Amino acid sequence: MDKEKFFTQVDAAWLEQGPEADTVISSRIRLARNLDALPFPPAAGKEALHEVLSQVEAAAKHLPEAKRFHILELSRLSPLERQVLIEKHLVSPEHVREAEGRGVILRDDQAVSIMINEEDHLRIQILLPGLSLLAAWQLANRLDDSLEQHLDYAFDKGVGFLTSCPTNVGTGLRASIMLHLPALVLLNQAGQVFTTLAQLGAVVRGLYGEGTQALGNYFQISNQLTLNHAEEDLITTLLGLVNQVIQQERAARERLYHELGNRLVDMVWRAYGTLTHARILSGDEAMKLLSDVRLGVNLNLLPQVKLTDLNRLLVLTRSGYIQRVAGKELPAAERDERRAAIVREELTGKVR
Amino acid sequence: MLCEKCKKRPATVFVRRTLNGVTSEAHLCEDCAREQGSLNILFAGAGNLTFPDWSLGNLFSSLLGQGAPGMQAQAVKASTLRCSQCGLTYANFRERGRLGCAQCYEIFRDQLQPLIQRLQGGVKHTGKIPRRAEGKLRLRYDLKSLRRQLQEAVAKEEFELAAKLRDEIKALEQKLGGGEMSG
Ligand SMILES: [Zn+2]
Ligand SMILES: [Zn+2]
Repeated sequence: MDKEKFFTQVDAAWLEQGPEADTVISSRIRLARNLDALPFPPAAGKEALHEVLSQVEAAAKHLPEAKRFHILELSRLSPLERQVLIEKHLVSPEHVREAEGRGVILRDDQAVSIMINEEDHLRIQILLPGLSLLAAWQLANRLDDSLEQHLDYAFDKGVGFLTSCPTNVGTGLRASIMLHLPALVLLNQAGQVFTTLAQLGAVVRGLYGEGTQALGNYFQISNQLTLNHAEEDLITTLLGLVNQVIQQERAARERLYHELGNRLVDMVWRAYGTLTHARILSGDEAMKLLSDVRLGVNLNLLPQVKLTDLNRLLVLTRSGYIQRVAGKELPAAERDERRAAIVREELTGKVR
Repeated sequence: MLCEKCKKRPATVFVRRTLNGVTSEAHLCEDCAREQGSLNILFAGAGNLTFPDWSLGNLFSSLLGQGAPGMQAQAVKASTLRCSQCGLTYANFRERGRLGCAQCYEIFRDQLQPLIQRLQGGVKHTGKIPRRAEGKLRLRYDLKSLRRQLQEAVAKEEFELAAKLRDEIKALEQKLGGGEMSG
C-alpha cells in the first residue's frame, strides 16, 4: 500500500457516519503500555528509543491482519506530514515534538494507530466514528493481547500497568468521546455541564487534547481515573455521563429552535452562504461556520449538506493538510484562499 | 473570603470533587484551582474556552508539598533516593512528574503510594493482567523486592547484606533471562 494516502487522502474510519452522529463525532480508546527492561521515553536515550522501535516493529508482524499495518518513523516524515497526522488525530501533538526514535503504526483504515515512544513506549489507539466506545475497547484489547505475546510489558500486581506518569497507571486506559455541543455553548450552559462532569470524574478537553482551544464547539470527554476499576467499568461509567450530555445537548437544540426561530435559521444559512461563497477563509473562521452549519443539518434546516462532508472538512480545512497537498509550505494568506476554494468545492461542487 | 490553600488571593472558585464516594470541597483562587486540576470549574460558559495545559509537575508539587513539618523532613530524605536502573532521583520526579522506568515504581514505592492514592482514589489494580506475565510475574516480583532491599542495604551501609542480595539478584536475573529465551 502507498503510504502517501495517509497524508493526502481524507478517508480515516472516524470520518464516516457512526451511531449518534448528530452529537458524537468519534470514540477513542487509548492503552498506555511500557516495556519492562527499558527506560520510559522521557528518560530514554537514542539507543533505547531505537531498541523499543525495533522490538515493537517485530511484535507488530504478528498482529491480526498484519498486512494492513504500516510503520512510519517520525524522523523520516516532513514537519507538514507530522502535522497532518495530528490533524487526523492519529498521533498526539506531544508525540511529534521530538521525532528521533519515535514512530507510529497505522492500520490502512486509520482506525488503529499505535504510537511508539510517545510518553509511554506504546500508546495503542483505536478511533471509530460516532458512539462506538465498546467496539473500540474490544479491538484495543485484542491488539494488546497480540502485542503482549511478543513484548515484555512493565506490570505490577498492585498498581497494574506501569506508566511514565502516575495519572495513567493501572489500566493505562483513556477512553474519550468527541462531542459537538453548539447549543449548550450558545445557551451558555456548557460551563455548567463541564463543572458537573468534573465533579463526577470526567475530564473535558479541546479538539486536539490538552492545551488546545475548544475550536468549533468540539469537546473531548474522557475518564480521569485509570486505577481501582476494571476497563469495562471505566468505560460504562463514562458512557453513562456522555449519554446525559447528549440528552442535554439535544434538549438545548430544541429550546434554541423554539426560542430563536427564524433568527437561528438565519444564522445557519448565513454560515452556509459564507462557506459556499467566501474567497478567503481562516482556519478558525471555517471551524466556527462549519459548526453553525452542522447544527443546521442536525435541525433539518440544510438538507443538501451531509454530515460526512462536514466530517471530511474537519481535516480538509486544516493548515497542515492544505500545505501537504500543495506540496509546500504556504503563507497564511494563500492558505486562506485555498481553504475557501476547498470548502466551496466540498459543499457545492458535487451533484446531489 | 481568601483562598483556603494559599491564603493570599481571594477565593473565586468553589471546587467540589467526588472520587470513589469521597467528596472534598474547597474555596480556592483560580491559580490554586488550576494547580489542583479543577480546571473545568473555571469554564464560565461560551465562546473562547481555552484548555490550559495543566502542568503535572505543579500538580504533584502541590499534592506533595502540603502537610506537617515532619513530612517535609521525610520529603528531604526521599529526594535523595535514586533509581539504579535509569538514574532518576525523587527530586527529578517531583520536578517533572514523570517516572524513568518500571523499577522507579519499586524504588519510590513509599513516596508514590500516597500520591497515587490521592490521584486515583486507591492503589489497587483490578483491570487486565497480561497473560504472558502470569508465569514470570512471581519471579519478577521477587526480583523487584530484592532490588528494593538492596537499595536500602546500600543506603544503610550494610555491605555484607548488600553483597548477599546482589548474588540473589544475579541468580534470579539469569533465571528470568533463560526463561525468556526458551519461552
Ligand atoms: Zn490560592
Ligand atoms: Zn528508574
